[in-house]
Amino acid sequence: MNAEPRQRRRERIDRGIKVRTQGLYALMSWRELSYLILPRLVLIVGLLGLPMMMPGMYWKRVISIVCIYALLAIVFDFLAHFVGLVSLGGAFFVGTGGYISALLNTKLGLAPLICVPGAMLLGGALCTLLLLPCLPLRGVYFAIVTLMYPLLLARVIEALNIIGGTDGIMGIDSFPSAWIEQYLVIVLVLVFLFGLRRLVNTDLGLVLRAVKDNDQAVKASAMNITYYKALGVFIGACIGCLAGACLVHIYMWAGISTFALDFSVLPIAATVIGGSGTLVGPVLGCLILVPVSELLRDFGTLRIVFYSLILLGFTVFRSEGLMVYGQRKYHQFERWKSI
Amino acid sequence: MDILIYGTINSVTLALYALGFALVYGVSRLPNFAHGALYVLSGFIAWSAFNTLGLNYLLSIVLTMIITALIGAAIYLLFLIRVRGMAISEIIASYAIALAILEGLRWIGFKGMTYTLPAFIDGSTSIGGVSVDYQRLVVVGAGAALVAFLWFFTRYTRIGLALRGMAQDERAALMLGIDSDVMAVVAMGLGSMLAALAALLLLPLGNIVVESGYNVLILAIAVCIVGGIGSWVGAVMAAFLIGFAQILTVVYLGAHYQMVVALLAIILTLILKPSGLFGQQKELEERV
Amino acid sequence: MSGEPILQVQEVTKTFGGIIALNRVSFEVREGEILGIIGPNGSGKTTVVNCITGFVKATAGRVIFRGKDITAKPPHKIADLGVTRTFQIMRPYYSLPAYKNLVIPLFSPRARRTGGWRGGGRMGDRNTVGIDILEEIGFERDSYVPYKVTSTLPTGYLKRLELARCLALKPELIICDEVFSGLSMSEIASMVPLIERLQMEGITLIMIEHRLRELFQVANRVMVLNFGQKLVEGSAEEVMADPRVREAYFGSEEVEEVMIHA
Repeated sequence: MNAEPRQRRRERIDRGIKVRTQGLYALMSWRELSYLILPRLVLIVGLLGLPMMMPGMYWKRVISIVCIYALLAIVFDFLAHFVGLVSLGGAFFVGTGGYISALLNTKLGLAPLICVPGAMLLGGALCTLLLLPCLPLRGVYFAIVTLMYPLLLARVIEALNIIGGTDGIMGIDSFPSAWIEQYLVIVLVLVFLFGLRRLVNTDLGLVLRAVKDNDQAVKASAMNITYYKALGVFIGACIGCLAGACLVHIYMWAGISTFALDFSVLPIAATVIGGSGTLVGPVLGCLILVPVSELLRDFGTLRIVFYSLILLGFTVFRSEGLMVYGQRKYHQFERWKSI
Repeated sequence: MDILIYGTINSVTLALYALGFALVYGVSRLPNFAHGALYVLSGFIAWSAFNTLGLNYLLSIVLTMIITALIGAAIYLLFLIRVRGMAISEIIASYAIALAILEGLRWIGFKGMTYTLPAFIDGSTSIGGVSVDYQRLVVVGAGAALVAFLWFFTRYTRIGLALRGMAQDERAALMLGIDSDVMAVVAMGLGSMLAALAALLLLPLGNIVVESGYNVLILAIAVCIVGGIGSWVGAVMAAFLIGFAQILTVVYLGAHYQMVVALLAIILTLILKPSGLFGQQKELEERV
Repeated sequence: MSGEPILQVQEVTKTFGGIIALNRVSFEVREGEILGIIGPNGSGKTTVVNCITGFVKATAGRVIFRGKDITAKPPHKIADLGVTRTFQIMRPYYSLPAYKNLVIPLFSPRARRTGGWRGGGRMGDRNTVGIDILEEIGFERDSYVPYKVTSTLPTGYLKRLELARCLALKPELIICDEVFSGLSMSEIASMVPLIERLQMEGITLIMIEHRLRELFQVANRVMVLNFGQKLVEGSAEEVMADPRVREAYFGSEEVEEVMIHA
């Protein structure tokens, strides 16, 4: 006499409170409101309060670096999951933005607070222009070209010994006050994080997502795909150049290492670990990876080996990423259901 | 005259870099970003075999080629096969492997001037009034022989024909009984061996430097893009085109602009004729 | 129905490597009519659509719309001129409400110029315009069908959504790629009046179909393709009476006999 094996399957259902908070009903009670607001509040307060919790100058600096990488990681996630273009060279944006800001500051003598937005727009335009040829083509080509540009630009600067050559540009002004230096990047991260999240939910964001998912339909709807891809790249490039501009003013120096591999690889690893597609995940990933990488600084380029292996593991074994897992747990619950 | 000689040498060099990459991409549509890493890795293996283990040089060469081929196949089987078909993940995964290998080698302390491989034949000769190392002549000769061998291989041997079949149309090849997974592994192994061969021929001309891993990758990609994917003829032609362009730039503008030439070649090709000189892929712009 | 030809396909040939998908196909579409294109599988019907709308570049021949040569133009420019198409394999955004799918075509320059179907001039609020279009083609507004998540809609509605996507561009010509396929009898019964209504609004239609009975109810003229070549062109009765058409679909008479007697 054998008992029949019970067949079960896993079922995931939205939590009651998630359903109750869709739309206007979120204002029903404090509980619903806090369900929505609490995670965001934690993020904002946490990020803003972080510098004050840090013991010394060194770690305060690390927070700034985290934010710069966070901006790059957000750009990667945005471009990869909402526009469909994989950018293997975050360093391209950082380097371009950094150098332009450095030049604006040293050659034209403009104040940092003017250089930074200037570098953002000029750098964004320049990067988009340089990437234009590969936009009508398949995604592979975009990846290849973004990979190559930072490597090549670094070589060119080194070889031609222009704009500082191997020594780099020195004597760049720093920000007017320590508060600005510390908080500017944090505020920028928050602004762009929430801004991009809003953007992808607008009609334009929908068009960009359609460019990624179903470009045939977009073409058939009388819209020029290359234009929208360029728009996406411009947004991403602006943010990346902004990050680079801030970087050089924090360090007061711009050199070939601004094109370093770190800026290309760490954002990708952070996105993959933190959860791609969420735009918050990359920030989380940076919060984890950057301090770890600082701790590993003594090991030299072993850091990059470390990120690469993590990246490889996550990509090949297709893990979800922390934020995706977290969101799923927050919004849904699981149970076994017998069939 | 020296432009002709150096141009030819440079072109054959570029062709050697590109062959392994072109093979893997042509057969299994996998952009193997770890190609440059395998190049440097095989140099390291050869050096270790020869210096640390004290093996006969010829034996080291053979051993390196076999080991590199096996490593390439292993990489494919362990990692890349799981992301087969997903273009973004393939790129990220192979790039991550490349970084892990190259930066790992850099960390082990594998940098600087102390690592070299001996040349096959020492000394030099003079051709048309230009002094040329024997090693460089060996490179050109071996390169030409290799291209001829590959041409023969893909036309007259079973494995070669199977690879060509897969390169042309994977589904048709599957229907004819060619296991595409096995063939992809073979392609990867062969591609890695070609990378090793290129390394063994070319590294004696200079030092084994980790940076060359990235350079080789960029140049191989440049040659493949300009020449068109899926075309041997195209790759060779592109190698000569870029090779001579580089030498001309060195002569007239300065040695620093070499890589810029490669970049410009890629950009120009993408703007003017994205499928490359002899490319057979129409799928770049049209997608059904 | 003015009867003037608005679309002319002249000697269009398309080869994919060694395969000849279209072999010197020529035909005209007159303004306000419904032209049906039929033929067995693999006869090149979808390739014709792709060539006309620019998704595939013809190897030879020309396509002329209202006097303009659109042969080599990219798909979005051709759609911008008013030549739209539906897709056999639809890929709407299943997780979004139905009307959100129309946001994309309503975002286009053409829709912004014309205000979309029913729009007088400039584009109003995209969401409202989208819901209006959906209501016009049969999504009942009062039972909130346009607001339903697309994954919950049956095929009939999804096919209408495809048509709505075209209508959002205020088209002059719609090429329907198998709109009747996958529908139940009742869904088809409600689709036919919609097609007739579109014709009455002045839109010219080309319909690629397999379901001949329904097609013949609406089509003014029918063209038959076989192996990439135009076989016959004429009214529905002429075409069905032609023995070559039967042979194309069913094989030659000898084969039929053998199959019956074997």
